[in-house]
Parts: sequence; structure tokens; C-alpha cells
Amino acid sequence: MANVPSDLKYSKTHEWVRVEGDVATVGITDHAQAELGDIVYLDLPEVGRMLSADDQFGEVESVKAVSELFSPVSGEVIETNMDITQTTEVVNEDPYGKGWLIKVRLSNTGELANLLDAADYEKFADEGGH
Amino acid sequence: MDTALKQTPLYNAHVAAKARIVDFAGWAMPVLYTGILEESRAVRSAIGIFDISHMGRVRVSGSGATALLQSLTSNDVTALQSSQAQYSLLTNPQGGIIDDIIVYREAEEAYLVVINASNTDKDLDWIRAHTPAGVAIDNRTAATAMIAVQGPNAPQTVAELAQNPALLALNRFQYATGTFSGASATFCRTGYTGEDGFEVIVPAEAAEAVWNALLAAGAVPCGLGARDALRIEAGYPLYGHEIDDTTSPVEAGLMWVVKLDKGEFTGRDAIRAVKERGPKRRLVGLTLQERIVPRQGYTIFDKNTEIGVVTSGVFSPTRNHSIAMGYVATPYAATGTQVEIGIRDKRALATVVPKKSLLGG
Repeated sequence: MANVPSDLKYSKTHEWVRVEGDVATVGITDHAQAELGDIVYLDLPEVGRMLSADDQFGEVESVKAVSELFSPVSGEVIETNMDITQTTEVVNEDPYGKGWLIKVRLSNTGELANLLDAADYEKFADEGGH
Repeated sequence: MDTALKQTPLYNAHVAAKARIVDFAGWAMPVLYTGILEESRAVRSAIGIFDISHMGRVRVSGSGATALLQSLTSNDVTALQSSQAQYSLLTNPQGGIIDDIIVYREAEEAYLVVINASNTDKDLDWIRAHTPAGVAIDNRTAATAMIAVQGPNAPQTVAELAQNPALLALNRFQYATGTFSGASATFCRTGYTGEDGFEVIVPAEAAEAVWNALLAAGAVPCGLGARDALRIEAGYPLYGHEIDDTTSPVEAGLMWVVKLDKGEFTGRDAIRAVKERGPKRRLVGLTLQERIVPRQGYTIFDKNTEIGVVTSGVFSPTRNHSIAMGYVATPYAATGTQVEIGIRDKRALATVVPKKSLLGG
């Protein structure tokens, strides 16, 4: 069973969001990494890029498949986890911790209400949501 | 899972092991158990086992069997001693590749031909259409199972489990019959991974016992994902990727199994013509410095000129960067040529290498 921490928000495209002040940390869920299998490549955006909610911000590629990454929130990319681009297995091993992908300075905190909470995301993922 | 999919004798074992099952050529097959990288690395470092029972196994026997296979296949079956096997091609009149196969010679006029699962029906139709009276074609696929045991520890493990040290004396592409877990078994020193090992054929009802004995001896179960990664690292072609009915063995670098001087066989003149005028494109290995994965169908460029196409690509579990095979126009096929691969909206630099060098060294 996939791990779905209760303190995070989730998108229907299988990203998670952790909000601290006006900064959101974004990654992919345990469900997503398990579906992808061994992750081998990450394409992350430039720091400074402005994202709107649902914008594609990068790609995650496993041995089997490539998947687009979508931002659950709007704002400026202020940090990317470049440390793991050569050790991408970290995303499989610790998707909610060391495997985070980007940090975004939120421009619209009201959008967070559009995201799923843990219980709703777990239900969505269990139903095979795509 | 679609219940119409065919199942191998090991299907229940795969499900019980929580393998991820996919539709491969109409078969419900494990693509992975724990992870493609982990499984691939187990084969390179120790021992892995693969259910390859979906591959077609066809017995061709009776007076005229040798002549039939000599005319339908590109390699020279008359060069085979009994208990030897050879890699070969079924070729069409246009000089294209119907399938790549392994031919086991059991006796003067008796063979076992192992063919790709995706081509089993096509191959059987083709062979039967050319079979004279007196030669029997017996599809043994359902009655038997086939397990590939691969990796540096594979020969010793198989020899110990089968209590048959003579297996260690077999050369590559030699085979022997014996017993395994009490059942009759054929052990062939072959594989599709670039590692030492055996491909073992046993009766379908013995498959689970043999599989479980190998697991108990420490073999890691591996799915089709690892099998594909390992065969790409080894530079081996796969039908539907590097070869098909329209590709010439000249382009694919398979002339080592085409014996143009053995006498008449299907497609010989067409293949000879391509060889004499030189192929327009050649299959090459490609190594990348990065981890992004080139996949089948991606375009290969020299600057802005399209010069070829990727046929297979994978993140190499052994080398930790991506590798590929693909066809490039002949002027670009020289080792060391720098090319670019279009991957979605990006370009990845790649270097042309011999297919046999993809694993490194």
C-alpha cells in the first residue's frame, strides 16, 4: 500500500505539496514512484522560472516510461533538488523527503484549497486515478 | 488482466511472487518482480532466472528435415553436430528477416527450433507452408517450459542442482540432456544477456519445481524488463526493434549467421545483392553521457540532418548512463562518430560504438 502522509496536499497528477510559510515544496508521490519503477532521469526547471498551477515543470523518466511533471501551485521556482539528478533512485527510496523536486514561492495560496487532502488522494490513487 | 492472455506454466508462481504482469505478444508475462535495475544487476553480478516459456519451441523431424531447414534458414545446419545449437535467421524471398531463431540439432534429421513468441504463429505458418511430406512439425511450446539461468554463478548453480558436473564442460551453443528436479531436461549453454548460463527446457508440469529449486539456491527472479535491458547492453537484436521482415541481415550486422556459400536458401540472392552494393544504413551501438533514455523511433541527427532512427534504448543498469541501438546512414556508422538524438524537445549527444561494446570494455 502506498504511503500517503496526512500533512501534505496532493494533485491528481500525483505530485505532493508541503507548505511552510509562503514556500511550497513539490515532489512525486509514493504511488507515482511505484508505478514508474526505477527512476533514472529527472528534468527540473531553472530557478527563477514562473509557474502557473498545472504548468508542466519537468519530466521524470523511469526504465519503463517517461512522465511529465505538473506544478500543483503557482509561483516562482526558488530552488531545485539538483543533488539527486545523478542519484535519481532517491526519488524511489524517499519520495517525500530527500527525493523532493522543487520549491516554489507561492503567488496564490488560495489555490491550495483546490488540492486533494491525503484521504481523498489515497482514494483517488487506489481507484487507479490517472 | 485480460483473461484471454496465454499463461506459461510459471504464471501462478509469478503472481504469487507479486510480479507486475503485462501483456507481451499475447502472453501474461512478468515485466518485473522488485525492480528492473536490481534484477539486471543480479544477473551481471551473480545469478538471475527468467521465464521464457512464451518463446515458441517447434520440433522439426523426419526425412527431409535437414534440407527443409537448410532452405528456410540463413545459417548452415549441416555444420551442426548433434547436441549443438546455432543462432540463425528465417529469411524471406526479399532478403528480410522473418524471425531470428535458435536451431538445436537433436539427430541427423531431428531439430528443435526456438522462435520469438511474437512470431510463433507467423513462423509456424511459414514453415508448414514449405514442409514436404515426411517432415513432421510439432509445436512443443505448451507441453514444455523454458527457463533462462544467467549470470556468473549460473553454470555452477545449475550443475549442482542438476547433479550434473558434465554440464560445466559444455561450450557455448552446446547442449546436453539430463534431469532437473526429477524431470527430463535439456540444458543449452545459451542466453540473451551477455552472461554465461543455460537455457533449460523441461516438461511444463516440472516447471514450478525447477523454478523453486533455482530460487532456493539464491537465483533472483527477473522479468522481461531486465531481459530487455540486459540484451541491449549485450548488443543483441530483438525482432520488432532491430530486425523485422523489411530489414536486411547486411544492415543489421548479422552476416555472421548468413552463409551465402552454403547453397540455395530463401532470400539468398536478395541478401547477396545488398551485400555487393553495400547497405544504405547500418545498425550501430550508441552511448550517451547522460541518463535521459532514447527510445524506439526517436530520430538520430547530424546537426539538423536526419540520419537515422533509434531501435532500442535503455538506462544501462551496469554503466549508469543511457545506451541505445539504432540505424544510421552508412557514412555515419564509423565508431567514434558523434551524433545527436532527438528526445522530445531536447537533443542528447551520443557516440557511435560497436554493438558489442555497449556494455563497456
